[in-house]
Amino acid sequence: MPAMHVRLGALSAALVLAAALSTTASAQKKYDTGASDTEIKIGNIMPYSGPASAYGVIGKTEEAYFRKINAEGGINGRKINFISYDDAYSPPKTVEQARKLVESDEVLLIFQSLGTPPNSAIQKYMNSKKVPQLFVATGATKWNDPRNFPWTMGWQPNYQIESIIYAKYILKNHPNAKIAVLYQNDDYGKDYLKGFKDGLGAKTSMIVVEESYEVSEPTIDSHIVKLKATGADVFFNITTPKFAAQAIKKNAEIGWKPLHFLNNVSASIGSVIKPAGFENAQDIISSQYFMDPTDAQWKDDKAMIGWNEFLDKYYPEANRADASVMYGYVVAQGLAHVLKSCGDNLTRENVMKQAANIKDYEPAGLLPGIKVNTSATDFAPLSQLQLIRFKGEHWERFGEVLSGDVGG
Amino acid sequence: MSAAEEVVAEGHEAVEAVPKRAMTLGTGTSLLVLAALLIVPAFVKNFIIFQMTMLLIYGLAVLALNILTGGSGQFSLGQSAFYAVGAYTSAVLMEHANINYALTIPISAAVCFAFGYLFGKPALRLSGVYLALATFALATAMPQLLKLNFLEHWTGGVQGLVVTKPDAPFGLPMSQDMWLYYFTLVVTVAIYIFSVNLLRSRSGRAFMAIRDNEIAASSMGVNVALYKTLAFGVSAGITGVAGSLGAIAVQFVAPDSYTITLAISLFLGMVVGGVGWLPGSFVGAAFIIFVPNMAESISKGLSGAVFGVLLFLVIYLVPHGARQIAILGQQFVGKLRKN
Repeated sequence: MPAMHVRLGALSAALVLAAALSTTASAQKKYDTGASDTEIKIGNIMPYSGPASAYGVIGKTEEAYFRKINAEGGINGRKINFISYDDAYSPPKTVEQARKLVESDEVLLIFQSLGTPPNSAIQKYMNSKKVPQLFVATGATKWNDPRNFPWTMGWQPNYQIESIIYAKYILKNHPNAKIAVLYQNDDYGKDYLKGFKDGLGAKTSMIVVEESYEVSEPTIDSHIVKLKATGADVFFNITTPKFAAQAIKKNAEIGWKPLHFLNNVSASIGSVIKPAGFENAQDIISSQYFMDPTDAQWKDDKAMIGWNEFLDKYYPEANRADASVMYGYVVAQGLAHVLKSCGDNLTRENVMKQAANIKDYEPAGLLPGIKVNTSATDFAPLSQLQLIRFKGEHWERFGEVLSGDVGG
Repeated sequence: MSAAEEVVAEGHEAVEAVPKRAMTLGTGTSLLVLAALLIVPAFVKNFIIFQMTMLLIYGLAVLALNILTGGSGQFSLGQSAFYAVGAYTSAVLMEHANINYALTIPISAAVCFAFGYLFGKPALRLSGVYLALATFALATAMPQLLKLNFLEHWTGGVQGLVVTKPDAPFGLPMSQDMWLYYFTLVVTVAIYIFSVNLLRSRSGRAFMAIRDNEIAASSMGVNVALYKTLAFGVSAGITGVAGSLGAIAVQFVAPDSYTITLAISLFLGMVVGGVGWLPGSFVGAAFIIFVPNMAESISKGLSGAVFGVLLFLVIYLVPHGARQIAILGQQFVGKLRKN
């Protein structure tokens, strides 16, 4: 069979070539500080203590995931050494820990440092040191700025993308709506509000009332009453979980039934919808990009089974209703993907190059149809969201996967 | 009883009476410490130099509190507010008005002195725990005041301000960190000498008279109101300088950096270092910087608890903080000499 001979010939030629190249290939191994033949050192900074300590779960999940990777042989034969420090959500402490990681522990990169103020504090330092500040755990829009900060990259869909998607939906389906907005008076709330106004464009006059609250307030009931009095028929709810649950409950209590948009920050069934009461949360619209582990529709999904197996083995004490656990699981896969594609060239420059060259990557746990994409000019890995509506006891996806890239 | 034993034995009042001579180190020891501070940076990594800079900065802030509490007997849980004002004054002047960093420091000191003095006026009517509570309110309010909308143009609101780190001047072959360290060291030494002399001066004696017995002090002719507010002003001014240096070293200011936690850390530093013992301020600063890191390395999930246990040990074993250890050391050396 001539065809077979040709193939065999090609194969043997390839083998000879590979043998010839293998010596040069090993010479091509390139390392920066923090990487070697056996190990890759990854730094991480989390608020394990302090006001934002609930998010510390993300760091613990990531650590568990890298233990799993190491148990399965590591990445291209190298073990991950995950060094995670506590900054208590205090920016000066973040600077100290980042410097400790870079200058004393000598890590290859810092991954998933959490919070907008802590990351702002180290952004300039990381960029002047040319150490990747990869996949930061904050939804602020400013991380997508490759021109000024080529060593910093975001991860999750940013707040502005999300509110632009809602604005577009309202313009299309409810062009005559009177909109009431309730937002938390900080960077997160204001970022959402800005995106929302940008999305409405010339029609910002549709917003009849903007009300803000402070995180320190015990309850936001009075704000809801005030919003109802304006006669608005669309409600954009930019609140964190505790307040979101209060708002949903209060709405039902005083009989205000606007079209309710709830930001993705508070879309968790376990920590928001259930405490607020399923009957009060019907028809609320929100958006998501990863699977809510408390949502029964994913029970038999392959990704969810894999997630449960991972938790059983490496992080059994995890609270499976906590969305942060799924978040950490997804982003840790993202880092593993980038390191894998670096091959034997583990320089900081190549890490950023590979991170900026992700094409249609789908880590387990994302909603169907949502993909990770980056390029040299797009440092927002996730920029797609799926609109969801609450029906019965779970979220129903509707419409197409929507996207929008916004830079900082 | 020796003078040193007296100091440790009198522990009944809220703030003990520390004789002024017991407030400082001997000249020999001081020079030795200074020499160590000058030489060490030449041999360590930039990260360690950065930590040493932070140690000096927090040391200054604790020193300021020590003058207020150890010197004049007034409590304050609001030092983080003065620290924040100093930090923001420097950051805003440097980033918006392009003023040289070194010049922003006296400006911060003046602004904070005025702020502290004015705050001290109404606070005069309060004493002890009530004063602590009033200053506590100041510390809680400060981060929110910094977020105010009409200040946002200058302060950057919740996003904070990024500060540019200065290079070494005159083309000195020094890293930014090292230069900033020596700069901070000079400022710290100057303020330390100023503080020691202040407490030895007429004003310092007035502070201590008020601390020990207000009625007796006023019947001796000490203007209680003036000296109490003055102590507040001086303390706030020094804290402001620490804040400025802190902003430059960290290169970032944000409301979240100056919460009540900072005020409590400074208070803790003062207690651990020994109330009223000025060199102890720097030992206290070392405690609040390094012990949380140690606690974290022992157990990540329980770092807060481990820190608490360590603090308990310090309070039970050496209730007078570093000063007690220093005195014990002194006595030990004295005994050795006698033998």
